[in-house]
Amino acid sequence: MSSEGEKKPGSTGGEGWEPNIVAFCCNWCSYAGADLAGVSRFQYPPNIKVIRVMCSGRVEPQFVLRALELGADGVLITGCHIGDCHYLSGNEKAEVRMKMTADLLEMLGIGRDRMRLEWISASEGEKFAETMREFTERIRELGPNPLTNGGEDSG
Amino acid sequence: MAEDEISKLIEETGAFDCVECGKCTSVCPAAVYDTEFAPRLIVVKAQEGIKDDPMTKKNIWVCLTCEMCNSMCPYKVNYTGFIQGLRSMYFRRGEVPICSQGGLVHTMQRLMAKEDLKQNRLGWVDDDIKISKDKGEVLLFTGCAYQLGTIFDDRAAFLRDVPKSAVKILNAAGVTPVVLEDEVCCGHDLLWVGDEDSFLKLMDKNIERIKATGVKKVVFTCPECFRTFDVDYQDFSEDLPFEMVHISEFVKDAIDDGKLKLRNIDKKVTYHDSCRLGKHMGIYDPPREVLSAVPGLEMIEMERSREKATCCGVNAWANCEENGKKMQIDRLKEAKGTGAESMLTFCPKCEIHFRCATHNKVPVPIEDVDIEVEDFTNLIAKALEDGE
Repeated sequence: MSSEGEKKPGSTGGEGWEPNIVAFCCNWCSYAGADLAGVSRFQYPPNIKVIRVMCSGRVEPQFVLRALELGADGVLITGCHIGDCHYLSGNEKAEVRMKMTADLLEMLGIGRDRMRLEWISASEGEKFAETMREFTERIRELGPNPLTNGGEDSG
Repeated sequence: MAEDEISKLIEETGAFDCVECGKCTSVCPAAVYDTEFAPRLIVVKAQEGIKDDPMTKKNIWVCLTCEMCNSMCPYKVNYTGFIQGLRSMYFRRGEVPICSQGGLVHTMQRLMAKEDLKQNRLGWVDDDIKISKDKGEVLLFTGCAYQLGTIFDDRAAFLRDVPKSAVKILNAAGVTPVVLEDEVCCGHDLLWVGDEDSFLKLMDKNIERIKATGVKKVVFTCPECFRTFDVDYQDFSEDLPFEMVHISEFVKDAIDDGKLKLRNIDKKVTYHDSCRLGKHMGIYDPPREVLSAVPGLEMIEMERSREKATCCGVNAWANCEENGKKMQIDRLKEAKGTGAESMLTFCPKCEIHFRCATHNKVPVPIEDVDIEVEDFTNLIAKALEDGE
């Protein structure tokens, strides 16, 4: 069950609303994937704000909650494919942590769909662009973060 | 920092009466491990008008707020209240402690305070138990045990069962409790890191929603929720129109009235008095009487129990550090030394902290500390005669 049904009336974003998305990208794979998407001139929406972290395992559940508290409409965590982690098992840890975070978001009523974990390697520029497009559309469907008063206080 | 605020605090907490005898420091569990820490010094410096003392700044977050000092003070100075007041002042100036989990639990509580999200907090409810969602005589305040069990899935997953266990107990005693779908956290952790604004929002929501059900009695499993309602809510707002009881008191009364019978459990256990239930609320006997009503259960007291019980080492997630770890290890050693198979307690935080101490590497041989930490409410639910 997602929080989709719980949107406030009139919170479909109105005219000017654009999804505000934070993406945590691991230094070794996904951030390089973003670079490749850039140099290959793959188009993706400008709604994504990329934050580089050294490993997807660095992303604490608190980062996700805090981003949402501060007005993000969606949070994306990307890292190396399982088995490819630069630190051997960081992404495995991220997987466990992010599953818990999704459960927590569901319990809190924000909905697990506002967050996604995706594996993108340095050679997958196309996948990076595609993930960003897809996730932005998904968040657009969900509407503004319920914590931002229908998108009005979002930063 | 506003001087009149400090003066007001000194007056309210009776800190002016401090005769500098040092008894508070001699019993303080934090002072055993941190020799620079003394509850007395914080109060004395404030009285002498020493503002922004770097030691005070550090030490108000070292304090475990266990109230050991208060219970020992011959002049009844409320040191813990004094520290809490200072924390609120520091918080308003933006000086906040580094909390464990990056402050995840506090953020969770602030989210609940900020907006009325439609929570999915009743995932534990199934057909085995009877609850009412709006009207009734008795309300069960579930607290955040279910959420904490999810967050600390790797070390304290059993916390997810606590609300269900509590309902089973109430059902067995013939009570169908009201459980709110839109209950919010009691705000204990926010209050104790000084975030009074968010705390007050949570308080208003809870009081309003509980009043709307018209219940006469509210039952708590978590000692922190219990203290927050009974003491802090009534301090910050007004007298609440319902009776507040801890589940140990409820079970004891139900056993005395013959409404509840507990079946045999062959086990040796020991009981850890959490600071909120013991020193803050003075509930020492009901849990022990409940244990003595379980046939086959052998209860062995630890050397430091009741008023002398030490702390689990962390308060409001604000001071998880080296000394807290030492405290936990020492407490677990003491518990293991009794020969008991498990250590019972009510407080989910104590349980998480003790489990955490043995979760990774331990500085002592593991066989000295590997006692099971078990939730009291879950144990009573297991002992229900017609249970499972």
